[in-house]
Amino acid sequence: MILGRFLAGGLKSPVILISMLVILGIGVLVPVLNLAVPPSSPFHVADHLVPLYGKYLCYGMAALALDLVWGYCGILSLGHGAFFALGGYAMGMHLMREIGTRGVYGDPILPDFMVFLNWKELPWFWYGFDSFLFACLMVMLVPGLLAFIFGWFAFRSRVTGVYLSIITQAMTYALLLAFFRNDMGFGGNNGLTDFKDVLGYDLQSGQVRSALFFLTAFFLALNLLIAAAITGSKYGKILRAVRDAEARTRFLGYRPENIKLFAWVVSAVMAGIAGALYVPQVGIINPGEFAPANSIEMVVWTAVGGRGTLVGPIGGAVLVNAAKSWFTGVLPEYWLFALGGLFILTTLFLPEGVAGLIRKAFGRRAKAPKGKDEETDQPVADATAGE
Amino acid sequence: MTEIPVKIPAEPKSAPKAPPKHAPVPSARKDTLLYLDGVSRSFDGFKAINELSFVLMKGEMRAIIGPNGAGKTTMMDIITGKTRPDKGDVFFMGDVDLTKHDEPTIAQMGIGRKFQKPTVFETQTVADNLLLSLKGERRGIPALFYRSNKPDRQRIDEILEVIRLERRRNELAAFLSHGQKQWLEIGMLLAQDPKLLLVDEPVAGMTDAETEETARLLRDIAVDHSVVVVEHDMGFVRDLGVKVTCLHEGHVLSEGSLDHVSADPQVIEVYLGR
Repeated sequence: MILGRFLAGGLKSPVILISMLVILGIGVLVPVLNLAVPPSSPFHVADHLVPLYGKYLCYGMAALALDLVWGYCGILSLGHGAFFALGGYAMGMHLMREIGTRGVYGDPILPDFMVFLNWKELPWFWYGFDSFLFACLMVMLVPGLLAFIFGWFAFRSRVTGVYLSIITQAMTYALLLAFFRNDMGFGGNNGLTDFKDVLGYDLQSGQVRSALFFLTAFFLALNLLIAAAITGSKYGKILRAVRDAEARTRFLGYRPENIKLFAWVVSAVMAGIAGALYVPQVGIINPGEFAPANSIEMVVWTAVGGRGTLVGPIGGAVLVNAAKSWFTGVLPEYWLFALGGLFILTTLFLPEGVAGLIRKAFGRRAKAPKGKDEETDQPVADATAGE
Repeated sequence: MTEIPVKIPAEPKSAPKAPPKHAPVPSARKDTLLYLDGVSRSFDGFKAINELSFVLMKGEMRAIIGPNGAGKTTMMDIITGKTRPDKGDVFFMGDVDLTKHDEPTIAQMGIGRKFQKPTVFETQTVADNLLLSLKGERRGIPALFYRSNKPDRQRIDEILEVIRLERRRNELAAFLSHGQKQWLEIGMLLAQDPKLLLVDEPVAGMTDAETEETARLLRDIAVDHSVVVVEHDMGFVRDLGVKVTCLHEGHVLSEGSLDHVSADPQVIEVYLGR
């Protein structure tokens, strides 16, 4: 009950409610247009587009996770791709175990790459991944635990600002190097792929694709609600206070390291869930997901969409990735320039991103009468102030 | 999210009875609220605080004056746990050793601090600034489930009235004038309901009218709180009408009424001699 009340707090803002409904609506609409509308109709969504849109929603979830720490807590993480990839690997490991005897080597227990490496036994950290529930738990637990350990030390030693960003970047780079190694036991360079099915259903079938798409939309909407409830609570106010004046909060008796740690861990778990939904839809997870460039792209999505607005970064991720899909089709060699240019333009002209732009366009009209109130207020309140 | 390890008696007026397991509190600091003895702290060889001894009784209000670099801010840093002294004793309520605690613990024990440069949470409303400062729960997770309640709202209303910002309660703190930010920060101190308020240069950059108003505000607060005010403005210190301590080069140069201190040849030397 207390949890329900907490989540209801996230619905205080109509923007959040509308956004959730839109996301869930898309979650239903895309599968319907794919499955129920005949391919001859102009409204039909082609098969290959469903997982592509699903991928965008996963990126949106990652951007939402990043916004929770960057927008509300001032932690510019350049390593959120690590949490995303770890969630993805946890899900990938389960999908590998589900392949069973259908692999190239037909080993009932060992995934193909282990047979290829002449391994005789399953490494201990692969135990349990044959269970879907265990894998789901690990999807949240592994990124969450890494974030907890990382945050515990980083925040306690009062590492902030650009130094913290650099450490997060180093973290994901270290994981990139580690996962590249064959003897780590995660498929090395090639990562995990050739998935066959999930919970016994064929991953290639239209229904499973649609179900995955809907699940992604559902979890995106749920995470948006959780993030809105967190940032809308008194804790969210403390979080912003820490962002704006960390030292000041200490003298009020708060422990900024603990305040930050909670948001940091929640954010990592969200990114992990995004990664776990991403893997079955794109069909592969490899160490490239740990590449620092991926994490930096998440920052661009968040900035373009509107840092500190929750909904904005989701839109930013979808927009930028849709542009990427289009650009890499038309002018592949110029995409990175376009991305860099977009980031610079956003930083210079749209500090609050697209969401800020929209808010300004709508807000000006809504706020006009309020401004008058303030004016009549001022002389009274300022009578003794004078400044 | 740790518990406060030290329990402080709620009533500031009554002398704290030292728990039997501790060594008896020396009589010299038994009734003191703040007790600094032989405190030194140097930064790269520069002695910011040098053998400083300072005693504040319960319920007392004290003004600290002194030229720039006299060690006023370092002294506040030491009391609030931001800086550790190299040597010397720092006790709160007679028997709590402040050198053993960090900023959040000391803040929760009941020492509030207002900074020289007003630091309020600019992106939040005036009322929310006070809400965040209200005495009580300081852990993050319970704050997720916090619900606005009548006593809290009443307390915020009271404070808004005291600091004369009732009509700006829903505005962002960033839109306040400099003087109003100073008051808001004093209001945040009040919301913490501390046993001791440390107020660093509250009237710097204020107009005369604001300065007078601030003196009134601090005198009101001093009725039921102990206050230490650091200030350069002599007119303001005179308005406060309290005992004055003059610091110079990290130790106490003179102490007494403002007239006594300003007649002290050493003080005149320090202030006028150069």
